Parts: sequence; structure tokens; C-alpha cells
Amino acid sequence: MDILTWTYILVGLSFALYIGIAIYTRASSTKEFYTAGGGVSPLANGMATAADWMSAASFISMAGIIAFSGYDGSVYLMGWTGGYVLLALLLAPYLRKFGKFTVPDFVGDRYYSNKARVVAVFCALFISFTYVAGQMRGVGIVFSRYLEVDIETGVLIGMTIVFFYAVLGGMKGITYTQVAQYCVLIFAFMVPAIFISIQLTGNPIPQLGLGGTVQDGTYLLDKLDGILVDLGFHQYTSGRKSVADIFAITLALMVGTAGLPHVIVRFFTVPRVKDARLSAGYALVFIAILYTTAPAVAAFGIYNAIDTVAGQPVDDLPEWVENWQKTNLIVVEDLNNDGLVQYLADPEMNELTVDKDIMVLAAPEIAELPNWVVGLVAAGGMAAALSTAAGLLLVISTSVSRDLFRTFVPQMTEKTELIIARSAAAVAVVIAGYFGINPPGFVAEVVAFAFGLAAASFFPVIIMGIFSTRMNKEGAIAGMICGLTFTLGYIIYFKFVYPEANNMDNWWFGISPEGIGSLGMLINFVACYVVSKFTPDPPAHVQEMIQEIRIPRGAGKAQDH
Amino acid sequence: MKQTDPHMEDHKQQMKKYWKRNIRTVLILLSIWFLVSFGFGILLAEPLNAIKIGGYKLGFWFAQQGSIFTFVILIFVYVYKMNKLDEAFDVNEK
Repeated sequence: MDILTWTYILVGLSFALYIGIAIYTRASSTKEFYTAGGGVSPLANGMATAADWMSAASFISMAGIIAFSGYDGSVYLMGWTGGYVLLALLLAPYLRKFGKFTVPDFVGDRYYSNKARVVAVFCALFISFTYVAGQMRGVGIVFSRYLEVDIETGVLIGMTIVFFYAVLGGMKGITYTQVAQYCVLIFAFMVPAIFISIQLTGNPIPQLGLGGTVQDGTYLLDKLDGILVDLGFHQYTSGRKSVADIFAITLALMVGTAGLPHVIVRFFTVPRVKDARLSAGYALVFIAILYTTAPAVAAFGIYNAIDTVAGQPVDDLPEWVENWQKTNLIVVEDLNNDGLVQYLADPEMNELTVDKDIMVLAAPEIAELPNWVVGLVAAGGMAAALSTAAGLLLVISTSVSRDLFRTFVPQMTEKTELIIARSAAAVAVVIAGYFGINPPGFVAEVVAFAFGLAAASFFPVIIMGIFSTRMNKEGAIAGMICGLTFTLGYIIYFKFVYPEANNMDNWWFGISPEGIGSLGMLINFVACYVVSKFTPDPPAHVQEMIQEIRIPRGAGKAQDH
Repeated sequence: MKQTDPHMEDHKQQMKKYWKRNIRTVLILLSIWFLVSFGFGILLAEPLNAIKIGGYKLGFWFAQQGSIFTFVILIFVYVYKMNKLDEAFDVNEK
């Protein structure tokens, strides 16, 4: 069977599975809609968290980014996994004990203020919307590349599917679909990685293959360093970015991960505090499988691409190059007409342009794997994009129905709240779909900044809310506003107002806009602390509540007000 | 009139102690978290790259593999330690 048939079969089967699960597990109460009824096992929740967390960017683009940036790509690897340590040790158990449905819930109650709650809702909505638009785009791209439909149709199909199970199933439906999606995506990522590792290094474990030797007996990484330096590039295993910048970006990504609302809410779905801790551990195991494989896929990919394309005759390139040239993801131009492909660091003389997404998308073809593997990768990419989109849509709908409507219309019945939650999810799907079809130029940029914003707004306020009994609402509001304004201001200044000034000479402390969230976080902490020193202590019942959430015993299922 | 119940006071002291032990566990684990990622993977990556393990330069290995493995272990150590601590202070969940 050809690639297209296999893709249709595998993507179709996976979709049927998701919809089947969604119908079977649909939510009937707000509790089920928001937290899956609070009865999800830590293992299932860990898997769902991993799928929720790993987006189209993790699955499709990350390996490619690492392939072209080498050591500098480590910021994503450490940043997007290290955050789980913070989450497990500093947030998850306490937020679980607190036992409400959303992050603004915590902020609003802990800081006894609806103003703080609204600021938190605004942050949650902003972060989730920028993020979800990127996912819909990812769905569209996968559709268009593999199923040969145009991006618009792809986005529409994706919207329908997500609409169906996020709106119907709520958190309960999403959780169990995400478990299935994790299995699909990890299988799809590992199969080509293992095959390529065997082909290149003879070792079936990609994590070991990366440190292994290629046919001629030299170490893969040494060889790669050598080849890249010969072509005028930087060594693969050492960095180009300044140490300060690498440090700041990694920190911003870690803290941002721990502050992302769609990840935090996942820990409200398990029955007990100890399950929340364990669940974070499982989640990181499932994430680490992909994240330790990705750097291997990256190095194998760039090595293969250079080895099979660079220096070869233009008329005699491998078949995968021709296939992917059609999508413009790989461009070969014989500038000097010598009939050979030059791959060089010098943009004037370089004749080979490879899109970063190729490293994963074309991996099965580069390694000459059977056609079903190609279809599998397509299904995996869809699973990654859909699972993340659904999780984000849930945060958006909860923020609207619960944190806005419930706060200001407290007499609303549960049935009305559920209708509002579902309508909000439906509206959000449509808006996200619109941005997926007509992406404003800044979407891709903004997604990366969502982390900085989460780091600079939520993280310090939640940490202080748990670890300081003295922190009061004045401090929290001042902190969130200062952190967010500073970070947003810095990003807007360098990315939109004076993009020409966006270089190391002008950055503060050599920190790029990608990493500025870590400075924003510090500012948030300082503002919190200083303002709280000059304003009254929180009331006694709040201080008691803080003592209460520090002790595991007595955590019921996530409660209504 | 304020009531002072000796049992309540005792319980409060116990919980203070529990919290202190908790913070200590977290701080120890977080220093390891910092050491393997920001330490070995970033600040000390250059000097560590002089050491090679198989085909890996050590600093590079920590940045792309070692730190992630350590993160996983850290969370499970935390789970184990906290479960024991909860039991010792009788605050564990049934």
C-alpha cells in the first residue's frame, strides 16, 4: 500500500478511537467537566499530562530545532522537563490539597480578592489562547502535508474533532482521550528513532546511539562536530548563545512550565495529595522518553541529511528529497552550476535549505522505513497537536464559566454553568480555528513567549501563596502586574517596536526576549515581598487555610465553593 | 478568654516540625536539580566537555540527557521521602 493509504487508515483509526472514548466518558456534572470527577489514577493522569504537555512543537519541531542549533537546543530539553521538578516539589501537592478547580480559583481564594482572581483569569486566557492557535496551525500543517488537503480543510477537520470531544467530554473525556493519544504519539516517535539508531550506530537505544560510533568507527558526535566545522558552521556540541542567555532561557522555560494553567489543572484530577506527587513523577517519565530521544533524532537527522545530500550530484538525490521538495520544506538550488549540492554556512554560497520540521516528518523516508511508519508519524503528530489543543480549550472554557461567570453570578445553577462552559469551549474552538487558518505573523513568536509570561505572572504568586503565610493580596496583585508588564514590555520593545535593536549589545544583562521571563519572575518576587511588607497581613482565615494546604491528610475530591 | 488546649499546642508544634522537614527535603532535592542542569549542563558545561564518556562530552551529556534522567529520579525520591514523612507525622492519607 502506498503512503497516502496508510496515512488515511492510521489517522482515521486513531480519530475513531478518540471519538469513541469521548462518547464513552462524556461529562455529566461540572465536577466531571472540570476535574474528571477527581478519580483519575496517577498513572493515567501522568500519561494524560504528558500528552497534554507535548504539543505539535515538541513532536514535530523540537528535534529539528536541536539539529540546527546543537548544544543551544538544550534550553528546550532542560527547560521543558526541569519545570516538572518544580511542579512536583513546590506546586502540585499543595494545589491538590487546596482542592478547587482552577488556578485563578487558588489565586482568588488565597488572596481573598476578586481583583486578583480577574488578573489571574486574564493571564490564563492570554497564555492559553496564544498557545492553542499554534496547535490548530500544527493540525492544519500535518493534514496538508500527509493527507494532501489544504491547510484550511485540515484546520476545519481538526476543529470538528477537538470540538467534539473537548466540548462533550470536558476534563473526563479529555483525560482518557489523552491517554490514548500519548500511546499513539510515543509509539510514532520511537519507532523511526529506534530504526535510525540501529542503521547509523548499530545500537537500538537512541539515547545510547547518540553517544555511539558510526560505520567508520568514529563517535557520531565527534564526526558531526568535524563535518559542521569543515562546512563553516559552529561545533554541534558547544554553544553560540552566551552562558547568561542560555541560563535565563532555561530558567524561564522551567518556571513557565510549572506556571502553565493547563498543566497545573491536571493535578486536580487525582484523588489524593500523594497521588498528585506520584502523578508528576509518572508524567515526567513519559515526557522524558520523548525528550531524551529527541536529541538523538536531531543528531541522526542532521548527520543523515548532510551525509546523503551535501556534496551529491543535483540530479541524483535520494527519493525523500524529491518528495519533500514539493512541500518546499527542502530546497536545493545549484547556484554555481557545478551539478553538486553545496551545504555551507555562508548564505551566499549555500545551496541546500532544510526546514527544521523535516527531521521528524521525513525521518521514516530518510531511513527507508516501510510506508506504514510514515502514516504512523502523521497520526502521532495529530495526536500531539489535538491533545494539547483540547487541554488548552478546557482551561479557556473553565476560566470563562467558573472564574468569571461563577464569581460574579454566584446563584447560577450547575446546569447553566455547564452550558456556559460548553459554549465557551465552542467559541474558543472557533477563534482558535480562525487563527489557525489566518495566523497573524506573530503567533509562532508569541507561543514561545507564553512561557516567559507564565513565569513572570503565575509562578511567584502561587509559590508565595503556599510558602509564605505573610503574603497578602496587595503584594500578589503588585507582583503579577509588575512581572507581566515588565516581561511584556521587554518583548514588545525588542520584537515589535525596535526589532532592529534585538541583539546582544542592547539586551539587559545579555538576556534575549526569550529568556526575559526569568528576570520578570524576580521582579514579581521582589514586588510581592516589598509591597506585602508595607500592607496589612492577610486575615486569620486565610492564614489558617495556608496551614491547612500544607498538610496532606483530609484532601477530599476537588470541591465546589 | 482565649483557650489553650495542650493537645492543640502540641499538634501545632508537630505540624511546624513537619513543615520544616518538608522544606529541608525540598531544598536538598532542588539543589541537586540546580546542580545537574544549571551547574553541570550550563555554567560548568565548557570545562566538563573536556571529559568524555563514550562518545559524549560530559557537559553536553548533562545538558541533553543527564539532567533529564536526574529530574525523573528526583521526583521519585521526593515521593518516597514525603510518603515516609507523612507517615511519621501521621498526616498521611488513608
